[in-house]
Amino acid sequence: MIEVMTSNYAAAHGARLAKVEVIAAYPITPQSSISEKLAEMSVKGELHGQYILVESEHSAMSLLIGASYVGARTFTATSSQGLALMHEMLYWATGARRPIVMIVASRAMAPPWNIWGDQMDVIGERDTGWMQFFCENNQETLDTIIMSYKIAEDRSVMLPAMVVEDGFILSHTFEAVDLPNQDDVDDFLPKFNPELKIDFNDPRRFGGLVMPDWWSEFRYRIAQDMEGAKKKIVEVDKEFGKKFGRTYGGLVEFYNCDDADVVLALAGSAVGTAKDVSDKMRERGKKVGVVKIKALRPLPAEELRKLNDMVPVVGVFDRSFNFGHGGGIFSEMRNGIYTPDGGPLIKNYVGGMGGRDFTPKHMEWVFEDLLRIKKEGKVDRMIEWIPLRDGTGRWY
Amino acid sequence: MHGRGGQGAVVASEMLARAAVKDGMHASAFPFFGVERRGCPVTAFCRIDDKPIRIHAGIYEPDYVIVLDPGLMTLVDVFQGLKPDGKILINTTRTREELAIKGPNKVVTVDATGIALKRGLGSETAPIVNTAIIGAFVKMFPKISIDSLLESVREAAPVKKEENASAAKDAYEITKEV
Amino acid sequence: MPILETYKDLPSTPVTFYSTESNKTGTWRTVRPTFNESKCTRCYICWKYCPDLSVEVANEGDFPKIDYDYCKGCGICANECPSEAIVMEKEAHK
Repeated sequence: MIEVMTSNYAAAHGARLAKVEVIAAYPITPQSSISEKLAEMSVKGELHGQYILVESEHSAMSLLIGASYVGARTFTATSSQGLALMHEMLYWATGARRPIVMIVASRAMAPPWNIWGDQMDVIGERDTGWMQFFCENNQETLDTIIMSYKIAEDRSVMLPAMVVEDGFILSHTFEAVDLPNQDDVDDFLPKFNPELKIDFNDPRRFGGLVMPDWWSEFRYRIAQDMEGAKKKIVEVDKEFGKKFGRTYGGLVEFYNCDDADVVLALAGSAVGTAKDVSDKMRERGKKVGVVKIKALRPLPAEELRKLNDMVPVVGVFDRSFNFGHGGGIFSEMRNGIYTPDGGPLIKNYVGGMGGRDFTPKHMEWVFEDLLRIKKEGKVDRMIEWIPLRDGTGRWY
Repeated sequence: MHGRGGQGAVVASEMLARAAVKDGMHASAFPFFGVERRGCPVTAFCRIDDKPIRIHAGIYEPDYVIVLDPGLMTLVDVFQGLKPDGKILINTTRTREELAIKGPNKVVTVDATGIALKRGLGSETAPIVNTAIIGAFVKMFPKISIDSLLESVREAAPVKKEENASAAKDAYEITKEV
Repeated sequence: MPILETYKDLPSTPVTFYSTESNKTGTWRTVRPTFNESKCTRCYICWKYCPDLSVEVANEGDFPKIDYDYCKGCGICANECPSEAIVMEKEAHK
């Protein structure tokens, strides 16, 4: 059934269709309407699960870990400061192997106070061991939530997942979304059935002390299962395609890359803009392609390494900066695609932060810059902030 | 769409998107992501296309500019970026000359305030003009049918669904493209 | 209890497979609580306060009993008893 709605409402419907059993969320712009919509659904009796009020995001995550231990399917929503507040519990959720799914309407980290779209908050959580999936549009948000449960709850994975929608850019934009019907979703997504859970007839201690002689093995298991999740993600994406007619490439999507001279790699809502600009430039004879990174964690290194043989120049657009060397996705890409034999020329474009609009004109400028790099055979500067008020890049 | 906080510009953009989708097109509607307050200038955008819309960025060269409150014209350059063949729709009882609108663009006016008050939408000091003005817009943009618009108004209006739909219909009927 | 040799043998979530009941902490004691039934009013304050769950009351109305397998001899029960029915004495074997 097609309905026009924001990505926030799409996320709320996704949670409802996935028959989530426990929801605990604390409001924060631009995520608040997700919690409000879920609360409304709960009051109207449309929600299968329980909606529990908590006093902070940290409490929300703690509550969900407990609920997940009992065998409930759990869900929450947050952004920037809230995500940072639950940081400690994100590590806990991974270590405890709880398949919690969380939607993050990514937003800038304060101060200065800024409520608009950015990706620094989720980039800061790469190390927690959560799977991270980025969405290009509202439909993908809904679909990814449903797919995330199937991936996360698989016994070979059992890791939490965060579904990222760009704050305001997707969360507050109305687009047409096809709501799948409940029976089809029930068919696709089985009930959460963990191997071990809290049982009053067989009491155990969960998450207790482990001495140095065994701790690393636990971490190694998580690393192994995160690697194994890659296969599962691609599998679930194909299954989803068969059932609902929509696929997203699983980990990475190569768009217009076949005979491309240069490609731009990026994640989130800007992918849509990039695809549009890429098509328009192709019509004018410029061979530019787009690499959509859907999964940042697990890092699809093998997929990205294909770029070594595909193109000589790769640009990476980041809505974040990690104050080391470049933005989050740039760091990951370099890590993923470079081998001891080297790799393509690569340049980072940092922009669109704190809700600054990244327009098709900016995108075109980036592609032209990459084509210039290909012609000259070298990168002028590794990291370019665009657009910036001092005239760097092109200021619209 | 330029209005003031509380006049319903954002909801109007949603209604247009809904109507466009009902008529088989693709649409994407969003507010200018600024701090929203009553009385503060608010801009809402809507992209409508026959093909799927993938762009996620602001609109800088509109084909149409809708002004819900002509008082804004002294504060904000509401026509910035308007294409040379773009059209303007203003909620007013004055003429183009009286409003001193320069340039080649066609201007259509409709007394959305009058219609809103007649239908009891909002109050004298703060009339809700959004549904009336999009009713007028659909006359200028026939790719969206008035029936789809009325259905969308009924779906998305938070209160007084029938009065809002009537306001849209009234505006649609009296608007003349000049 | 499963035999753990490599990371592959780990359970799907960190969890214990045995209870702490097998760890009899009574051997930690240097002093032990002794109980005087004639003074006891069965207020059960000792049962409420024992941090180790080592004071047991089988049925309502019974005198509390101390489980010397686990009692660590902290002395809180003796300290809290309003009728001084519990006295701490030196552990014989230490």
